[in-house]
Amino acid sequence: MRATSNRAGRRHLALAAALALATAGAAAQEKDRTIEEIERYRQMLQEGNPAELLVVRGEELWKARRGPKNASLEQCDIGLGPGVVKGAYAQLPRYFADVDQVMDFEARLVHCMVTLQGFERAALVKSPFSGAGQRQTEIESITTYVVEQSRGATIAVPQNHPKEKAAHDRGRQLFYMRAGPYDFACSTCHGVDDQRIRLQDLPNFEKPAPAQRAFATWPAYRVSQGALRTMQWRINDCFRQQRWPEPIFISQGTIDLITFLGVKAAGGKMDSPAIKR
Amino acid sequence: MKKTLVLTAATAAVLAGCATYTPPTKEETMAVIRSSFQDRGIAKVDRLNQTELQKVCSETGNDPPKEVRERLEKQALAAVKFPADGKWLGDHTLGERIAQTGVGLQWSDQPGASAGGNCYACHQLTKAEISYGNIGPSLYNYGKLRGYSDDIKRYTWAKIWNTHAYNACSSMPRFGDAGILTEEQIRNVMALLLDPKSPVNQ
Repeated sequence: MRATSNRAGRRHLALAAALALATAGAAAQEKDRTIEEIERYRQMLQEGNPAELLVVRGEELWKARRGPKNASLEQCDIGLGPGVVKGAYAQLPRYFADVDQVMDFEARLVHCMVTLQGFERAALVKSPFSGAGQRQTEIESITTYVVEQSRGATIAVPQNHPKEKAAHDRGRQLFYMRAGPYDFACSTCHGVDDQRIRLQDLPNFEKPAPAQRAFATWPAYRVSQGALRTMQWRINDCFRQQRWPEPIFISQGTIDLITFLGVKAAGGKMDSPAIKR
Repeated sequence: MKKTLVLTAATAAVLAGCATYTPPTKEETMAVIRSSFQDRGIAKVDRLNQTELQKVCSETGNDPPKEVRERLEKQALAAVKFPADGKWLGDHTLGERIAQTGVGLQWSDQPGASAGGNCYACHQLTKAEISYGNIGPSLYNYGKLRGYSDDIKRYTWAKIWNTHAYNACSSMPRFGDAGILTEEQIRNVMALLLDPKSPVNQ
């Protein structure tokens, strides 16, 4: 673990150095070079993603007999049948007949931890995201393992059941909804081609290629935070910056939005856990 | 045999709801959205209550019918508060600091903490700052290109105070109208754009 954080630390330095070099000059040329440097840095990072360690921990947690019922999650049905993990994440969110609702992976995981293992729901959803410098949560770890099992799988969020269609349609309305003191909608930043905040590219979810790239690369290890972040976290932090109130973890609204994004990303190939700035 | 198969497939489709799907109404969707958010820090759920303008822009893809757009723009312009003492410009170095700062009104921000304008998130301003976004147009040489007349100052003040005065569904926040920046802060941002000595105009 320490070796990894040192490695991550060196990379922070490398980025800082690259940025410092770039800011020393001021011309537009310099800007291009900055983007090139950041791209090079990203490629460098791909060689050793600290999320790999979390995949191992997540797999242990998935297979271990735990909780008041002393059961493993291996009988958890995440959409392709009990115990089938391979490729399942690429087809979520989806409708689950046993609960008569659409669930994303994190919602389904909580469901299985409650029903199979006997954990208390309230305790699980209280702090689903690790704080700065904290150990990754069990939800984050298990999610990392399960999404890794979909690497290369084609994104195919189903739209067969009426509740899956309704989730998509509500998600679309939420995506375009402007509200709050800054009047922002998701689409303000994510509905136009080639937009940037500062130097950060913003995927346009109305176009298949950027939607696929974005959906395929969450969850991701965020180098700037030194932590693995899930799709639920991604949605949460977008709304924070949107100046909205906080989306409730695995609430219907978040699942609707992820369904909408997933349908937009149809045909992409999962490439998660990815590594990002 | 083939017919039976087709019939079975059709029945299955109906059972799966393909033929009976009714999309959720706007109101049903709003109810789900409301139940999916909670207060956190300074960001309360009442922020989901849309203004008429937010609603119209959301529902028309930011392109409302002409008469609606003109009415909304007129309303926005009428509510702009211009500086009482007629002093348009403050200190451009303080303006630069406001343009660089992105905090304010998030649930992670302290109540009452001074907000930034975060201008660089979306606009180019000075030549020295290369980390700028492109959601808004470049404002480099803003004053130099437009001149430093009172008309330009008045227009720019209104644009910062409530951008919807000139473009009903603009993406830019209402820095004055929504209480994001104070009058004094807006004066400093005005100086960044319109003081001939500001780095924006070099």
